[in-house]
Amino acid sequence: MSTLELDRDRPAQGKLRVIDCDIHPAMNAWTEVHPYLAKKWIEHLTVFGSHLRHAFSEALTHPRMSPDAARVDAYPDEGGPPGSSLALMQSQHLNPNGVAFGILNPLRWNPGSQRNLDFGVALTQAMNTWQVERWVKNEPRLRASILIAQEDTEGSVAEIEARASDRNFTQILVLPRTDEPLGRRRYWPIFEAAARNNLPIAVHVGGTNGHPSTAGGWPSYYMEEHHAVAETMQSVVSSLVFEGVFERFPTLRVVIMEGGLGWIPSFNARMDKHWSRLRSEVPHLKRSPSEYVREHVWFTTQPMEEPGRASQLIDLFDRIGWDRLLFSTDYPHWDFDDPRHAFKAPLSEAQRAQLLYGNAQAFYGIG
Amino acid sequence: MARHVVATVDDIAPGQRKLVHVGGRDIGIFNVGGEFFAIANRCPHEGASLCRGRVVGLVESSEPGSYQLSRPGEMVRCPWHGWEFDLRTGKSFCDPRRTKVRAFDLKVEEGAALVEETLLRAETFPVSIERQYVVIEV
Repeated sequence: MSTLELDRDRPAQGKLRVIDCDIHPAMNAWTEVHPYLAKKWIEHLTVFGSHLRHAFSEALTHPRMSPDAARVDAYPDEGGPPGSSLALMQSQHLNPNGVAFGILNPLRWNPGSQRNLDFGVALTQAMNTWQVERWVKNEPRLRASILIAQEDTEGSVAEIEARASDRNFTQILVLPRTDEPLGRRRYWPIFEAAARNNLPIAVHVGGTNGHPSTAGGWPSYYMEEHHAVAETMQSVVSSLVFEGVFERFPTLRVVIMEGGLGWIPSFNARMDKHWSRLRSEVPHLKRSPSEYVREHVWFTTQPMEEPGRASQLIDLFDRIGWDRLLFSTDYPHWDFDDPRHAFKAPLSEAQRAQLLYGNAQAFYGIG
Repeated sequence: MARHVVATVDDIAPGQRKLVHVGGRDIGIFNVGGEFFAIANRCPHEGASLCRGRVVGLVESSEPGSYQLSRPGEMVRCPWHGWEFDLRTGKSFCDPRRTKVRAFDLKVEEGAALVEETLLRAETFPVSIERQYVVIEV
């Protein structure tokens, strides 16, 4: 075992060239979306506010180690929450970290989890326009995600169609703890619209949407909830596979964001084992579950696994598939991964370039 | 190795820190209740600047349900992932053997003694005999 020592800068590496698939922009206040909301919804927001399906409407369910789950060094000097300043995002992240393209995934305000479906749809429309006007138009390296209010499929499909031809948008963002497991048929019109427009479905952790945050109920500690992203993503992937979503939509692409990576090989193996014995329960599956995952599902890298032995990380990537890994930092959140140091294994220049840039370039068709 | 004057003791109030660059290294100088410590600024995990982190005490527990807070202000938490480093040793609490930053020898010395020293490097300011200075060896 070697001692971790980063006291000195590493010898100069090739110039960093990164596509960051997970950046979280923030608003200073609700008023930022007012220009894009109908008057009646501004009034609704003012009178009734935002009502999510989980309790503590504007708060996270567990206190984070740091407010806003943010890097302590990501607060703008001029005030406002981390992620609200484009200038700081540029000087602290995009420029020094060689980010050629960055994909925005707005999480706060959880429009998909709004109890009032019509308000949720209006909010997605406003926040989608906000992403373009506030961010992409001012920073050509950034790309937006189409937020949808997934419990209102009709409203979601309309919003997908409205944005699909706009090159500022790269994907459709869904939060994973949907009212029913994500593969259920009520969500199929969304997958149909995604496939029709060749837009990936990005599933990013965020909020609980009224469900306990772990499969065993509400935990005591943030550390337990933080780990529960893995089991949440497992339920997303198994639902998509076993409901037959990938049989019905053979060109659909899904990217699982911020769910960790270490569980994927064992989860695939377990699904395959069950399928070999119980296949007749799901005869609509024509192939083993892991084949659907290998063909249809990508994974963002942050929070990167740190197994302690470099060979285990390489083995993990071998088993997931090197071409399925999309680099992400999670800026400005506290568990940010730095592109120089995220992979604690010796990678060839070609492997590094593939993980940091090439895979996302091919996946999103940018760059 | 050389000795470097990096601050006057008044530059860094108790609980505060100062980032200095000496001998090709970024080093954080921390004042813990009047005692000064110097550690490498760069977190060994992913390279964040430790000087941007929060200074905290050490929370421990003898059994579930009990909390003991000791050594107030003697730990710095990395501003990103929260690793806790002991300002006295540079060692992390959870993995002291492998995950650690270098701690540098630091002394507080009288200006009157320093002005006599020929091998000394005062990086940014003149040394006057009336004041006290933070001196590290790098």
